[in-house]
Amino acid sequence: MSGFLWIRGARVVDPANGLDATADLLVGDGIIREVGRCDAPLGCPVLDADGLVLAPGLVDMHVHLREPGFEYKETIAGGTRAAAAGGVTTVAAMPNTRPVNDDPSVTGYILQKARSEGWVNVAPIGAVTRGLEGRELTEMGLQIRAGCVAFSDDGRPVADSGLMRRALEYASTFGALIIQHAEDPALAGHGCMHEGVISSRLGLPGLPSEAESVMVDRDLRLVALTGGRYHVAHISTGQAVEAVGRARAMGLSVSCEVAPHHFALTDEAVLGYDTDAKMSPPLRGHEERHALLEGLARGIITVIATDHAPHDPDSKRVEFCQASNGVVGLETLLPVSLELVRDGVMGLSACLAAMTVAPARLLGLNRGALTPGMPADLLLFDLDAPWVVDAARLHGTSRNTCFHGRRVRGRVKKTFVAGRLVHDDDG
Amino acid sequence: MGTHLWNRKHLLGMADLSREEIHAILEAAASLREVNRRDIKKVPTLRGKTVINLFYENSTRTRTSFELAGKRMSADVINMSVASSSVKKGETLYDTLATLQAMNPDLVVIRHPESGAQEFLARHLDASLVNAGDGRHEHPTQALLDLLTIHDNLPLLEQEDFSSLIVAVCGDSLHSRVARSIALGLKTLGAEVRFVGPPGLLPFRAEEAFGVRVFHRLEQGLEGAHVVMALRLQLERMSVGFIPSVREYFAFWGLTKARLAVAAPNAIVMHPGPINRGVEIASEVADDRERSVILDQVANGLAVRMAVMYRLCGVGGGR
Repeated sequence: MSGFLWIRGARVVDPANGLDATADLLVGDGIIREVGRCDAPLGCPVLDADGLVLAPGLVDMHVHLREPGFEYKETIAGGTRAAAAGGVTTVAAMPNTRPVNDDPSVTGYILQKARSEGWVNVAPIGAVTRGLEGRELTEMGLQIRAGCVAFSDDGRPVADSGLMRRALEYASTFGALIIQHAEDPALAGHGCMHEGVISSRLGLPGLPSEAESVMVDRDLRLVALTGGRYHVAHISTGQAVEAVGRARAMGLSVSCEVAPHHFALTDEAVLGYDTDAKMSPPLRGHEERHALLEGLARGIITVIATDHAPHDPDSKRVEFCQASNGVVGLETLLPVSLELVRDGVMGLSACLAAMTVAPARLLGLNRGALTPGMPADLLLFDLDAPWVVDAARLHGTSRNTCFHGRRVRGRVKKTFVAGRLVHDDDG
Repeated sequence: MGTHLWNRKHLLGMADLSREEIHAILEAAASLREVNRRDIKKVPTLRGKTVINLFYENSTRTRTSFELAGKRMSADVINMSVASSSVKKGETLYDTLATLQAMNPDLVVIRHPESGAQEFLARHLDASLVNAGDGRHEHPTQALLDLLTIHDNLPLLEQEDFSSLIVAVCGDSLHSRVARSIALGLKTLGAEVRFVGPPGLLPFRAEEAFGVRVFHRLEQGLEGAHVVMALRLQLERMSVGFIPSVREYFAFWGLTKARLAVAAPNAIVMHPGPINRGVEIASEVADDRERSVILDQVANGLAVRMAVMYRLCGVGGGR
């Protein structure tokens, strides 16, 4: 029978439906048909998944695909190939391309490219302001109509308080989410790593935690004023997590995401001036890292997203302060996040929720769950398989990972998008 | 000269050096000073070796000192000064190094405005490296010449060694590689180090980062100090709000004779140069031959750099 697949005997973990049990899953014509004890149609291909975990394909709400404009760093084809290898079936693409995605025509270009060359679903994020210049709002309504799922000036903050107020107000007309790269530019100054004992020792200009928390504090007051929907990108400080927790307790529509490098590493990774440990916001100290783990455990941080930021070798093979910010993360998202489960920070279902249903709901996507009738975006992985991250074996165009050489557990075996196999670790 | 104590390929920073290694360099430098007093100031130690001085920042003093040190050891010394004001324009550091590597030098002396540049070189060059100052990170030969100068003055200060010594490093230690390197070296030798200056000009959490004591008021920081080291204040710091004015800075943190009264008897005054008279130090102090050892520092710099070059690539040196 063409178009059908029977996945048999996996441990099915579907946080959205509160399921964690051995079960079968039936796919037909790219749609999830049944979950549980299924009877496969006669002649249906069978995939024996005994010993593997079957979960919804991951949704990464913070990815830089670099196309259009920076194809030498990454392309929609290459970036989505890396996503497939990482078990990520939907990526939200940040708008800091060239031209900036501040116009429906750019959104259309990205979606057209994704349809013709992409390996996984691409959900464009539009710019909050034209050219990311922080002056004029973009045509958010038309951008949504063209396919944008949220708005962000990521890479830069919306620094002007008045403009941020207008953005939150205006976006609320459409129920759209504003994603903020929270960083006070004046406090950040020329900082190129976290301000701490290590920046002092290395003689590198530091970027204080307060650069983030001051901006989050300001934004939360504007959210209270406007009733907008607000999301903190790549949160990296305990102060900002606390502030988001308070705002959520007040009932504001506020959320935040954390990147694996921020909860797994500290500024010690910068020792030796490794430019692959340079990103914005920077790797922080032990205290901040513990606060992030605490934020995940307490459910204040509800999303794990990579801030996947590919860079060509020439952008990184320079003096530390001159190097571009950013690391790739799609292919290490799952195993590094599973460290949270192994370290007892959160259960497997909660961990997967932060990479599936939680971001899908924030972006209004009909993804991230194994509900019959939904597209069959699926991830099969071996929970315990050990492996060593090797930059040379990554699938994307750029290999600027900060996890090179890390011993991890948890390996993606197969990734399906709408029932189609897009990555096969054995194949 | 205790060659067994020294088998490093590079001198990148004071953070790497043990007490024994520091003493080995100081001893070698003390004996090499004799060469500089001879009529014919040349020894054949580095004959046939190529030394490249790669300077991305203007520095007549340090570059001249390295150049002379190499020449007195009979090395072939080449100076390369690279205007680096805009890294975006022109050749990248990586490409410059590839060119240098093709010339197969034995020793490269690097001065660069970016912290960590020396680590970058170490990854991409086969030659031995001497860090002649990287950004605000380290300047190890300056620290070694300072240590030699202090060592020479221990009898005057009635100290047997560095263990009971108090050194006050005064001024803008935030932007100073000299402050970081001397603090690390002195801590390794057991001295008490103080960073004295306005809060905005001190490294973040300096106590924890360097094991120093921090004082904001000069009068308190100088109390009982045996060595007072003034740091150059870069005048451009004012435009970005670190301090309000030169007048204000000198009024509260300028080193004057009156302020030195609370230091230890016979306390010596040092300065890495070039000095800003009337900014961080009063002329009456800089020119006071009783206290100021600033010119001894320059002479010791030459000997220390000869010793470092000898240790890194001389016959019987580390490799």
